[in-house]
Amino acid sequence: MSAPLIWIGIPILSAIILFIIPRERWVSFIGALIFLGLAAAAFFLPTDTALRLLDYSLRIDSTVNLLGRQISLPPASQTILVLVFGLGAFWFFGTIATGFAHRLIPVGMVVMALFVASLAVQPFLYAALFIEIAVLIAIPALLMPGQRPGPGLTRFLIYQTLAMPFILFSGFLLSGIETSPGDVIYVTQAALMLGIGFAFLLAIFPLYTWIPMLAEETHPYVLGSLLVIFPVFSLLFGLNFLDRYSWLREAPQLPQVLRIVGLLMLVTSGVWATFQRHLGRMLAYATVTETGLALLALSLSDQAAGLQIFFYLLLPRAVVLGIWAMALSVFKEQAPSLKFVDLQGLARRFPLATAGVVITHLSVCGMPLLASFPIRQALWSKLAEESANAAFWLGLSSLGLWFGAFRTLAVLTMSPENTPWQSHETWEQRILLGLGILAIIVLGLFPQWAQPLLANLPFIFEHLGR
Amino acid sequence: MNMLDLIPWLAAVLLAVTSTGVLLSRDWRWNLVMMAGQYFSMFWLVMVHWPLTLSSTRLVTGWMAIAVLGATLTDMKEDIETETSWPGGRLFRAIAIWIVLITVTQATPVVSNWLSGAGQPVIWGGLALVGIGLLHLGITARPLRISLGLLTVISGFEILYASIENSILVAGLLSLITLGLALSGSYLLIQAGREITK
Repeated sequence: MSAPLIWIGIPILSAIILFIIPRERWVSFIGALIFLGLAAAAFFLPTDTALRLLDYSLRIDSTVNLLGRQISLPPASQTILVLVFGLGAFWFFGTIATGFAHRLIPVGMVVMALFVASLAVQPFLYAALFIEIAVLIAIPALLMPGQRPGPGLTRFLIYQTLAMPFILFSGFLLSGIETSPGDVIYVTQAALMLGIGFAFLLAIFPLYTWIPMLAEETHPYVLGSLLVIFPVFSLLFGLNFLDRYSWLREAPQLPQVLRIVGLLMLVTSGVWATFQRHLGRMLAYATVTETGLALLALSLSDQAAGLQIFFYLLLPRAVVLGIWAMALSVFKEQAPSLKFVDLQGLARRFPLATAGVVITHLSVCGMPLLASFPIRQALWSKLAEESANAAFWLGLSSLGLWFGAFRTLAVLTMSPENTPWQSHETWEQRILLGLGILAIIVLGLFPQWAQPLLANLPFIFEHLGR
Repeated sequence: MNMLDLIPWLAAVLLAVTSTGVLLSRDWRWNLVMMAGQYFSMFWLVMVHWPLTLSSTRLVTGWMAIAVLGATLTDMKEDIETETSWPGGRLFRAIAIWIVLITVTQATPVVSNWLSGAGQPVIWGGLALVGIGLLHLGITARPLRISLGLLTVISGFEILYASIENSILVAGLLSLITLGLALSGSYLLIQAGREITK
């Protein structure tokens, strides 16, 4: 038995089986349980180690050969597998409340499997090809039944597809630089090509226009899952470049570039969020903010601390965006659209969904005692030690999100005086939203509880993590 | 220069002609015929660096992609993807293609420095496809056009990449991507068609 077969093969096989199961609820439960099982297997079954199960001996090989190349999941990568499959299970459970299990789960499983393959393939450069296949597979999930493809979806397809050639070519140029690192023109060309590739892939300013557009076109829960999975794996892919090429990692301009790009994303998304009148677009700008924060973390001169912060941002990001998207799905069922004008006064009919939207939004803003606060605070303080200007702009961008949160709260609570408070959410929605809000508060109060899982993640990188 | 050296140049010119045809023609049938020619020329250029068996995967997958799009369009209403405002914009497109081809000709020696062993016709042909594909993507928002534009860009990239990478895994994954682009394009076309016929 081999690790790629378990963590890449099983999700793909399961997706095919789940695709033909008719009942949505079964698909939700089975999909989530399979992913929980895979997360548990990654936690308890180390690869390349002989294990004794009753009278049997079991050894999971970390590597398989595929068409002359290696797909390898060494023991160091298992922590990330626990996180990825655990978060996948969390998102799949959410479909019990939001529906869309048939649309999201089989596609989500294949996409996750491809992203795991992108982490495992050697040479790592080929990850760009797996990411592109994942993009293509995600397309049917993003288009609502009977809906005409909009500009957001087509831009998503175009931008993500254009990323692949740039990245693959830059990889070729980068390998040439290893032999002649002093060639400045060559280095500039390679860096430019890599930069363009990742600008497309990570939807860096100004190439993130498709995110808010897509937020208006597609189901918020499907969009939320996409905006958690894609940027995270794309960032991990980018970190592989830094880990592999020492000249890139040690380039004096790199922190500056990452910081400027990160701040541009934060400030612009903060400004746009201030003036938004659509809750889906607000969620979209929040995800842009999260990517900006990740880039800002990687720009810290203390690379080890930056990487630690980068990984600590992942868990709040996934949980917060998950609950936010779930709450928006509740509104989406009831209102013609997620525009402010259609959502006025819904707080009295959907108090838990309203609480979900407002609390998650405030968490992304960095509200004390909520999930994102501790790590955002750590990043802010580290940044302030290095550059007061950068810290100022980070604070300013948060201000935009705060405005957006208060406007959302005002709109949702804007109902006639004598409207009675009644919860119209289903039981599943109440339970999952309630647990999610609780998780956000617990993560904010006890951030150290996530430490055993997240502290070792930097070690998946040979050079960056040391 | 002997006659054999001219063959890749012939393929490169055929690429430019077919990709220009895809951009200028508004009838989807002609578009697909031109795309078929484009994949044949691409196969020819890829064969400069890859063995026949491996490069034939490019041809087979390309034609399969066209078949997928063709099968989808055959089942759809006539007016969905056949644009009727012809010849509006033809001159603009022709001038734009001309500018792209001049730029590509200028850029070929520069790119030759990076891909020193690739050969001028391969680089010129690959860059021409990338350029015209990007032009295609820049001036349209229709699902069929977007699919054709992306397939053109990726074809150009594949020609260039074949000169530096001959891994079977990469060839397989790129074939999957070509088919995936055609399938997703087909899905977008079906959805757009449903919306129109409602």
